[in-house]
Amino acid sequence: MRLNNILRLGLLLLCLSPATLVRAATVSISCGAVGIELEVCRDGAEAWAEKTGNEIRIISTPNSTTDRLALYQQLLAAGSADIDVFQIDVVWPGILHEHFIDLKPHIEPERLRAQFENIIDANIVDGHLVALPWFVDAGLLYYRKDLLDKHGFGVPETWEALTHTAATIQKTERAGGNRDLWGFVWQGRAYEGLTCNALEWVHSSGGGNIVDDRGEVIINNPAAVEAIDQAAAWIGTITPLGVLNYEEEQARGVFQSGRALFMRNWPYAWTLVNGGDSPVRGKVGIAALPRGEDGVHTGTLGGWQLAVSRYSGVRQEAIDLVRHLSSRREQKRRALEAGYNPTWPELYDDPEVRAAHPIAPTLRKVLAGAVARPSDVTGRSYNQVSNAFWSAVHATLAGKGDAAGNLALLERRLERIRRHRGW
Amino acid sequence: MGPLARRRARAAWWFLLPSLTVLLLIAGWPLLRTIGFSLTDAYLGDLENYSFVGLDNFILLSQDPFWWQSVQNTLFFTVASVALELVLGLTIALILNVALPGRGVMRAAVLIPWAIPTIVSARMWQWMYNDLYGVFNQMLMGVGVIAEPIAWTADPALSLWAVVAVDVWKTTPFVALLALAALQLVPRELYEAARVDGVHPVKIFFRITLPLIMPALLVAMVFRMLDALRIFDLIYILTSGSPSTMSMSVYARRHLVEFQDVGYGSAASTFLFALVALITATVLTLGRAHLTREVRQ
Repeated sequence: MRLNNILRLGLLLLCLSPATLVRAATVSISCGAVGIELEVCRDGAEAWAEKTGNEIRIISTPNSTTDRLALYQQLLAAGSADIDVFQIDVVWPGILHEHFIDLKPHIEPERLRAQFENIIDANIVDGHLVALPWFVDAGLLYYRKDLLDKHGFGVPETWEALTHTAATIQKTERAGGNRDLWGFVWQGRAYEGLTCNALEWVHSSGGGNIVDDRGEVIINNPAAVEAIDQAAAWIGTITPLGVLNYEEEQARGVFQSGRALFMRNWPYAWTLVNGGDSPVRGKVGIAALPRGEDGVHTGTLGGWQLAVSRYSGVRQEAIDLVRHLSSRREQKRRALEAGYNPTWPELYDDPEVRAAHPIAPTLRKVLAGAVARPSDVTGRSYNQVSNAFWSAVHATLAGKGDAAGNLALLERRLERIRRHRGW
Repeated sequence: MGPLARRRARAAWWFLLPSLTVLLLIAGWPLLRTIGFSLTDAYLGDLENYSFVGLDNFILLSQDPFWWQSVQNTLFFTVASVALELVLGLTIALILNVALPGRGVMRAAVLIPWAIPTIVSARMWQWMYNDLYGVFNQMLMGVGVIAEPIAWTADPALSLWAVVAVDVWKTTPFVALLALAALQLVPRELYEAARVDGVHPVKIFFRITLPLIMPALLVAMVFRMLDALRIFDLIYILTSGSPSTMSMSVYARRHLVEFQDVGYGSAASTFLFALVALITATVLTLGRAHLTREVRQ
C-alpha cells in the first residue's frame, strides 16, 4: 500500500514536469492547401504542440495531387528527414509504403475497428498499417437551387437529364442577359483529378472500373466508351473548353462566382461556396452524382491519411501527432469547423455534426456506394495506370480521336505496363 | 611541330586540366550514369538492385506514340520560339543601337522579362491566360476582337503556341543583348564608306551588318536551341502533363520521378541528349562552313 502511494506520487511528479524531462521537439508536417485546408491543419497541429510542449513546422504542398506525389517521391527517395508527418492520398499507400513506418504497434486495435473498414484496409500494405485515415472524400454534384427552381427543373437523376437541364437553362439564361453562365464544370486537366471524374462517369454508367479486383484490364467496354463520348460532347456546349485545364480550385472559382449551374467537386467546397464572401451563398445544394440510364449513383472514393516517415528524427513525437490529428475528437472539430468528413462512421450520427454540416447524411450515402480507384490491385504501378487512363480521356475530351479508339489504345497500353511492371 | 610549340601545347594541357576535371565530374559522370541506367530496369525506390536489360527500354520508347508526340512538340517549340526570338531580338537590338535619348534606361528595361524567374513568369502568364478571368480575354473581348472567351492553355490547337509566346517574351531580351553587343563592334567606317557610295540602307543591312554580326547571332541561336530543346518548367506550370504540349523533358521526368522507372526514364533522357548533341553539331558545322565561305568571298 505504501509502496503504491509512493509510486503514484512519483507518477504525479513525472506528469507535472514533462518539460524538464522531455526535450521539446520540432515536428514537420505537410498539409494540403486546397481551400482552407492549411489553416485547419495548423490549428489542429498547434493545439497538439501546446499540449505537449513541442513545436510544429507546417509545410504547404502543391494543390495538384499529381505534383504533390512527385514532390513526396523525390523527398522520400532521397531519404530526406525534412518532413516527419506526410499527408497522403488514399491511393498512395501502395506506391509509398516502403518509406513509412508501420503504425500498427502504436494504435489500439479497437480504434481501428471503430473507423470505416474499407479505408483502414486501403492503408494496409503487406500487413503493415502505413497511415491513419484523416478525412474521407467522394465526388459530389453541386447545383444552384435558385436557378433550378426558377426554370422549373429538378435535381438531375441521370447524366442525360443533367445534360438536358444544363443545356436548357444555359440557353435561357444567356438569352436573358446572363451571358457568362455555363452548365457544368468539373476537373478536366491532365492529372489525377481527371481519373476521379472519368471513373465516376464510367462506373455510374455500368462500365465498371479501369482494372478489376483480379487485375484484369476491363476499361475497353461499350458502356465506358459511351460515358466518355458523352463527356466529350459536353465540351463547348455545357462545359467551357477551359475545363481541360481546370483543377478543383479553378472549377470552384467558376461556380462560386455564379458562372456555372452544376459543378462536380469534393465535399471541401461546401463550406467555401457558403462562406461569408461567396456570391452564391445559400443558393447551393448538393446531391449524389447522376448515373447512367441503367447505372447506379457513385462517386470516386478519395480522402487523406497521415503517415510517419521512416527517416524522421523525431519518430515518437511524430506518431503522437498523428494519433492526435486522426483522433475522433480532432476529426469532429474539423467536421464542425470546416466540413471535413470524418473517418469515424458514428460521427455522421452525432447531433452537433449533423447540425453544423447538413450534407453529412447525403455524404454517408454516397460513401456507401463510392467506387475505389484500382490502387490496391495495381500497387506501385498505380500512378502509371492512372496516368495512362487520364491521358486517354483527356485526348478524347480534346477531340483527338473518339472514346472507342482511345480506350482500345489504352487497353493495349495498360497490358504493356502490366507485362513490364507487373501488378 | 617545333619543340617550342610542343612545350606550349603541353603547358596548355596543364592549364586546362582543372576545368576538364571539374567538367568530367559534374557533367560527364552523371551523363555516363544516365546512359548506364538506360540499359537497366532500375527503380527509383531502390537504386541498388537492378538488372541489365539491353536495349529493351529503347525499343519500348520507340513504340510509344506519346514519346513521338513529345519529340514532335519539342522540335516544333524549338523552331518556332528560336526563330521568333532571333527576329524580334535583332529588331530590338537595331532600335536600341540607334542613339536615342534614354537608351540606357531602355536597355535595362528590356532585360526585365529575362530577370524574372521562369516559375514566377509562368504562373503570372497562367493567370493572364485564364479563360474566364484572364486579362487577355478581358482585353480582346473589350475591344470586340473575339466574342467568346478563348481557352488559351486548354485548347490543343493553341496551347503550344501559348507556351511559345511566353518563351519568346522571356528570352528575346537575351538575343537582343547579344545582338546589340555585336552591333556595337561593327566598325563605323564601313557604314560611312557605304553611305559615300550611296548604297541603299536595306543593302547595307544585308551586305554589311548581318554578315558581321552573324557569329554572335549564331552563338545566340545555339544557346537558345540548347535551352529550348530541354524546355521543362514553362510547360510543366502552364499545361501540366497534357499530351498536346508535353516536351521530351516532361516525358522523361514523368517516368523518372512519377513512375519511378529510372531505366525507362534514363532511356528517354539519353535519347534527348543524343538529339541535342546531333542538332548542335549540325548547326555549328553548317554555321562554320557558311562563315568561312562568307570570309572567302
